[in-house]
Amino acid sequence: MNGNHGTDHLDAEPVDGDTRYGPDDRIAISLTVNGEKVEAAVSPRLLLSDFLRGDLGLTGTHVGCEHGVCGACTVHLDGMPARSCLTMAVQVDGMEVRTVEGLAEPDGTLHPVQRAFRECHGLQCGFCTPGFLMAVTHLVENEELAETDDGLRAQLAGNLCRCTGYMGIVAATRRAAAEIASKG
Amino acid sequence: MKPPCYEYVAPDTLAGALRVRAECEDSVVLAGGQSLVPTLNFRLANPDTVIDLRRVAELATVDTRDGMIRVGAMTRQRTLERNEAAFARNPLIRETMEYIAHPVIRSRGTIGGSVAHADPASELPCLLVLLDGELTARSSRGERTIPAADFFEFVFTTALEPEELLVEVAFPVLEPGEGWAFREFARRHGDFAVAGAGATLLLDDAGRIARARLAACGVATTPVRLRAAEEALRGAEPGTEAFRAAGELARDAVTTVDDTAASADYRRHLLSGLVNDVLTRAAARARGPR
Ligand SMILES: Cc1cc2nc3c(=O)[nH]c(=O)nc-3n(C[C@H](O)[C@H](O)[C@H](O)COP(=O)(O)OP(=O)(O)OC[C@H]3O[C@@H](n4cnc5c(N)ncnc54)[C@H](O)[C@@H]3O)c2cc1C
Repeated sequence: MNGNHGTDHLDAEPVDGDTRYGPDDRIAISLTVNGEKVEAAVSPRLLLSDFLRGDLGLTGTHVGCEHGVCGACTVHLDGMPARSCLTMAVQVDGMEVRTVEGLAEPDGTLHPVQRAFRECHGLQCGFCTPGFLMAVTHLVENEELAETDDGLRAQLAGNLCRCTGYMGIVAATRRAAAEIASKG
Repeated sequence: MKPPCYEYVAPDTLAGALRVRAECEDSVVLAGGQSLVPTLNFRLANPDTVIDLRRVAELATVDTRDGMIRVGAMTRQRTLERNEAAFARNPLIRETMEYIAHPVIRSRGTIGGSVAHADPASELPCLLVLLDGELTARSSRGERTIPAADFFEFVFTTALEPEELLVEVAFPVLEPGEGWAFREFARRHGDFAVAGAGATLLLDDAGRIARARLAACGVATTPVRLRAAEEALRGAEPGTEAFRAAGELARDAVTTVDDTAASADYRRHLLSGLVNDVLTRAAARARGPR
């Protein structure tokens, strides 16, 4: 954790409702990332995507368009998918963050969604893949999949892929959902 | 792309937020950040102060009493969309919200943020203009209620004063038996609409149209009520002929400009089709008085 945004600011205090923080001030935040407790001190203008990548070294979260369109930076915040490029690090104080690094088991066993993406050729260059994995994981764990492929493509429309043409991604989503359902 | 430098405050109460809002000449509100963060990154906004409302719990409420669905400004879009009490009283809210971006954006984006941002292609402002909704603004000097018809002034411009915060958005419920529909056209699923239209339709004892309401987004600098088409529908027999005529009246009532997404002619043509379509759907859902 050798961040350039000041995990070394040991004197930083948690946010105070009456204080105005300048861009060089640091605010202490406390959150859970992939099940582990994280304490850090962040500038109020630091994006969550940059915090994850730069401060925590979790470079699996990719930064594509940086304005919310491409979905490569998708993570889960308290169980809901969100764009980390449109979220400030201070905003996730107290929250549970799940990133692509949190999908596989600690022993390296892939998450069913990751396995399905590999088996169904749901990726090629891999740039969009972390965002897709997070979006699809939320979908198969929490939502009802559309019966038609058109409907499923609409459910996946928040993420862009420029390689696969989405065929493999649609197939991987169905396979992962079937595997998760069969395990009850 | 990184956000510019600004002063950041995260008040824990509404009173605290209003105090900061009154003290700062140039503040913006960080609600869901789904429009603000891109505008900061692109330097379309370069404010002195960012007021983060995430800790103001009193603004994240949904209350469905007394003929109004009153939604606190910080309520997440996904929360209102999934609220069953709101759906039972006004199913048009859910149908309309499904067109806003993608679920992942709606799980962070707030009701107040969408309304205060006032993108003319946005769905919620259009819905409020359609339903004659009300917006409540508060400053440290007091509170006022603004009808939706007076709230949206221009592209990204509302009647809110710099020291005011939008605190509540009120959606009227539908009448018993009232039909409803919202549709829009966008090039890709989840994009901002090239054009969109909403309708409600109330029938009288004889099955004729007692009241039609129509509004559109994406076709002007604000959401618009399509009054000429509404008036032509009053007393008419619901059906293809009346609905097609309403679409033509709507098309002729708006003046829009060519832009990168579509020509003005195409947009107006699209609008006439959308109006016909939402009226047809609303009629199929309308029931006579009980
Ligand atoms: C890829 C993408 C696609 C999108 N597509 C659509 C779409 O199809 N339709 C659509 O409607 N929207 C769309 N949006 C925008 C989205 O709905 C935003 O969530 C919404 O417009 C802003 O809500 P927010 O809570 O994120 O507000 P923020 O981004 O935090 O704030 C937006 C603006 O509103 C002001 N503001 C916020 N709350 C208040 C308040 N309580 N009082 C006073 N001012 C306030 C802020 O100062 C700021 O200027 C899209 C966004 C993205 C990233």
